[in-house]
Amino acid sequence: MHHSIEIKDLSFSYPDGTPALNNISLSIAPGEKVALVGPNGAGKSTLILHLNGILNGQGYIRVCGLEVSKENLGRVRSCVGLVFQSPEDQLFSPTVFDDVAFGPLYQGLPTGQVLQSVDEALDAVHMLGYKSRVSHHLSMGEKKRIAIATVLSMHPEVLVLDEPTGGLDPHARRSLIHLLKELPLTMLVSTHDMLLVREIFPRMIILDEGIIVADGPTQELMEDSMLLEAHGLEKP
Amino acid sequence: MHVHFLDPYHPGDSPIHRLDPRIKLVLTLAFILTNTLVPTAAWPIYILLFAMILSAELISELGVYHVIKRSALALLFVLAALPLIFTVPGDTLFALGLGPWSIHASYAGLERFISISLKSWISVQAAIVLASTTSFPDLLVAMRSLHVPRLLVSIFGLMWRYLFVLVDEATRLIRARLARSGQSDKEGLRPGGSISWRARVTGGMAGSLFLRAFDRSDRIYMAMVSRGYDGEARSIPLPKIQPVHRVILITILGILVILLGFAYLFWG
Repeated sequence: MHHSIEIKDLSFSYPDGTPALNNISLSIAPGEKVALVGPNGAGKSTLILHLNGILNGQGYIRVCGLEVSKENLGRVRSCVGLVFQSPEDQLFSPTVFDDVAFGPLYQGLPTGQVLQSVDEALDAVHMLGYKSRVSHHLSMGEKKRIAIATVLSMHPEVLVLDEPTGGLDPHARRSLIHLLKELPLTMLVSTHDMLLVREIFPRMIILDEGIIVADGPTQELMEDSMLLEAHGLEKP
Repeated sequence: MHVHFLDPYHPGDSPIHRLDPRIKLVLTLAFILTNTLVPTAAWPIYILLFAMILSAELISELGVYHVIKRSALALLFVLAALPLIFTVPGDTLFALGLGPWSIHASYAGLERFISISLKSWISVQAAIVLASTTSFPDLLVAMRSLHVPRLLVSIFGLMWRYLFVLVDEATRLIRARLARSGQSDKEGLRPGGSISWRARVTGGMAGSLFLRAFDRSDRIYMAMVSRGYDGEARSIPLPKIQPVHRVILITILGILVILLGFAYLFWG
């Protein structure tokens, strides 16, 4: 049995020398749902970009039992579904169908399976009727759902989301929370939405200035308002 | 993650960096104009002009190599001047024949070609020194003070501002595509898709980049209007030019005029 995500002593600095991550170590078990919280600029997005080898720091990362290395990148990228903060970046194709089909098509799956994967993914986010819609014209909540579908169609083992509830109205946010609850995947979600954290994620990791300052049960950490405040967070 | 490789500005504290941007802009334009007006085959004048720009490169602490490397851009102009070797009439240097057709390279044409190549190379270097030692906002202020039409200056400024945003956006799109470019765990599948499919995806990306740029320009315009923009960019008055800088301006302009005078006297 392997961990879904295993990181040991990961450090990373941007090319201009700004350090972003400092000796990060963590592991996430299959099926576990973990929140990654911390102030702006803490390194959350940087950490997430390491999980499928878009950024390469020093240290050791394994996802789904595969080491994140050049030879494994293809497999790693289909095993980790990374949903970017802005759906504008995630959705780069003219229609919803094209975007959701990108992953399976890239993998070289036969047409029948591509169509099936697309249908399953859109069904999972309750957007089956949107296949031929133009991504550009969707609402923010719809775009977010489609963005999640674009990685679900690759049948990932781990779902990594960056700020999933940012910019959503309460209704769209609520339905996204339901969706995240339903999806039976390992999840690592970076967010500022503490209510969301309390509702869905039993475990929480606080990252600040590139260091993990706390990692434990959400319930316990939420009680420690001193800790939360010290790292730019608020008790919901 | 921001892109800076497009920005030619090299921060520094050399006398050239400290020179008033307005003076630098005028001098660069005057230098390029002189360079352009010097007659063909006035070799000593070219050498003197080259010496001037070389001194500027040395004083600016940019490094001659840095400027020379960037000046490879001038090669494009050189290409455009290549036909001159064959079109300018004069003593035949050599002839190229192809069946019934033949073209003659002339000595005068070769001379003209080398002159134009040298002149464009020196001019490009001057522009590089200007762009490397003056930050773009300073350059915009200088243009405005020289009464370049305000609308044009605004367009330059906005283009500069949003070029980086667009490059960032394109980088993010490419990253999102990369993140989903995976390999199936089923045996025997070749990842990557067909070339025509990939071309179509790339076309879609270019299209959405265009749509977003379009949308963004709308939003920017609304944000500008809501802060009182009426098509006219205003700016605070500029400080007076220091007397030392005035002296530098007049001296160098004088030298350029003298060089041009000599050039016409002996080679014109």
